[in-house]
Amino acid sequence: MRYDATSAPAIEATGLVKRFGKTTALAGVDLVARPGRVLGVLGPNGAGKTTAVRILATLLRPDGGRASVCGYDVLRNAYQVRQLIGLTGQYASVDDGLSGTNNLIMIGRLLGLPRAQARIRAAELLARFELSEAAGRTAKTYSGGMRRRLDLAASLVGRPRVLFLDEPTTGLDPNSRSDVWLMIRGLVADGVTVLLTTQYLDEADQLAHDIVVIDRGRVIATGTPDELKTRAGGQVLLVAPSDPARLPEAAALLEALAGAEVSTDAEAGTVSAPVTDKTLFPRVARELDDRGIELAEFTLRKPSLDEVFFAITGHRSDDEDTKTRELEETR
Amino acid sequence: MTAIAAPAVPVPARRLGLRGGLRNTFTLTWRSVLKIRTNMEDLLGLLLQPIMYLLLFTYVFGGALAGGTHKYLQFSLPGILVLSVVFATLGTGMMLNQDITTGVFDRFRSLPIARWAPLAGAVLGDMIRYMTSVAVTLGFGMILGFRITASPLSAAAGCLLVLVFALAMCWFSALIGLLAKSPQGVQWFGFLVMFPLVFGSNLLVSTATMPGWLQAFVKVNPMTYLTEAERGLLTGGPVATPAVRSLLWALGIFVVFAPLAVRVYRRKT
Repeated sequence: MRYDATSAPAIEATGLVKRFGKTTALAGVDLVARPGRVLGVLGPNGAGKTTAVRILATLLRPDGGRASVCGYDVLRNAYQVRQLIGLTGQYASVDDGLSGTNNLIMIGRLLGLPRAQARIRAAELLARFELSEAAGRTAKTYSGGMRRRLDLAASLVGRPRVLFLDEPTTGLDPNSRSDVWLMIRGLVADGVTVLLTTQYLDEADQLAHDIVVIDRGRVIATGTPDELKTRAGGQVLLVAPSDPARLPEAAALLEALAGAEVSTDAEAGTVSAPVTDKTLFPRVARELDDRGIELAEFTLRKPSLDEVFFAITGHRSDDEDTKTRELEETR
Repeated sequence: MTAIAAPAVPVPARRLGLRGGLRNTFTLTWRSVLKIRTNMEDLLGLLLQPIMYLLLFTYVFGGALAGGTHKYLQFSLPGILVLSVVFATLGTGMMLNQDITTGVFDRFRSLPIARWAPLAGAVLGDMIRYMTSVAVTLGFGMILGFRITASPLSAAAGCLLVLVFALAMCWFSALIGLLAKSPQGVQWFGFLVMFPLVFGSNLLVSTATMPGWLQAFVKVNPMTYLTEAERGLLTGGPVATPAVRSLLWALGIFVVFAPLAVRVYRRKT
């Protein structure tokens, strides 16, 4: 049963089903991660992302469907799968009562490293994750970003081939977030396959080669980041006049220039239009200036996850159904 | 920068033998012991609790209950030994529960280690807590004036017996730890069960002073047998019957709760 890196997918799931009582967390999810690539699993809270990761990481038995990692079935060959994977959960699962060093030595020892080697490996990882100074302190005293980095380090002690990162940057400040991104890119450069779940489109956009969008336990879209953004309508130009009274005028102008329907938010004093071609931005800027409409905000932005969702599903990502599902999942 | 992950896909081993499992268990025992040392509150609780019981029961109740503090200490210390160790078993459930709620167990379960190692490691690590509890109770008791009047060998057997009983009880605690929603839940439920067990016995007072219905309960309570056996082993007196009954109880508790705990644990995994 030797794993063939050239053809077999690093992660493959077919028709995964999981129910918690009456709630269906996964209603038949298919996904494939290519070796050495990053698969982004994108979806709102409670979409079923964590459930999928827990099944793939052998922590949860599916009620239906099959999944394998590097060709090993997650149910029948769980022991083999565990030798190939690393897992970093949404809530950093480090041992609060142990120091950073001892957390990593413990994992190394559990993986069968001799004491001296476990110590070396721990020091190596602590240095790589910029935790050397805090190495001797108990994890209890770490900041959120440090804990997340330690958790990531812990999942790498065994040099995994496949890494599961369940919302690795949720709750982190922008600096820590970009640190984590940098580290993930480093791992991918080393040839590790990464499955990353996230609620943020920009995170998937930054890191993932392929994206699977999950909503209410179903895959609703797959593709590269560019393909998905195109489906969501590409970029959006947002205009906010300093003087709210001139909003209708700005809206009419934008509609004429964009040649598409604009959406006006009178409360926020903004109007936005899908960007159909590259010259729209300078043309709008010039026209607004000519008419003396001063601007409080004038930005081009990518569609948010909400907008991608709305474009694909026709519903918002934060409705009631999703909320109850989230409760079930975090139970 | 050195590559942090090896590029070649390793061929994973098919299974982990018993030796591997034991090695995992010892690593996790090391972790438990390390945690006792680094967690000051836990360590203080472990050390101070028996001391508090000894001081309280000897000096507050001693005079009233037995007409003299020294006389009462000779009578109550074996009981306090049982009480300290049995309450200490609650720690097993609380630590297990904490590991589950904080996600540490998920990490263990994602590693290629023996399924039973985290459970066995927790239990073995706790044996060291119980030994500490026994040592403190006996040591401080002797400072207060308790004297072992039986042979040293018999006293050693007394320590061993209470540890064996704790080893059985901690599976009950582990089961609660696996089922409860929070460490506080473990504590509440544990006390709810352990209070009547511990105090509804001859642990601190003689059974003869209690109403009949209570005597009926006390007479079948395993704590009563264990305390009687400890009295015999530490200060002399009949040993055989209470010791055998204590061991049978320990076996019974183990046979019921260990498989249950393992089952719940497996279902969680």
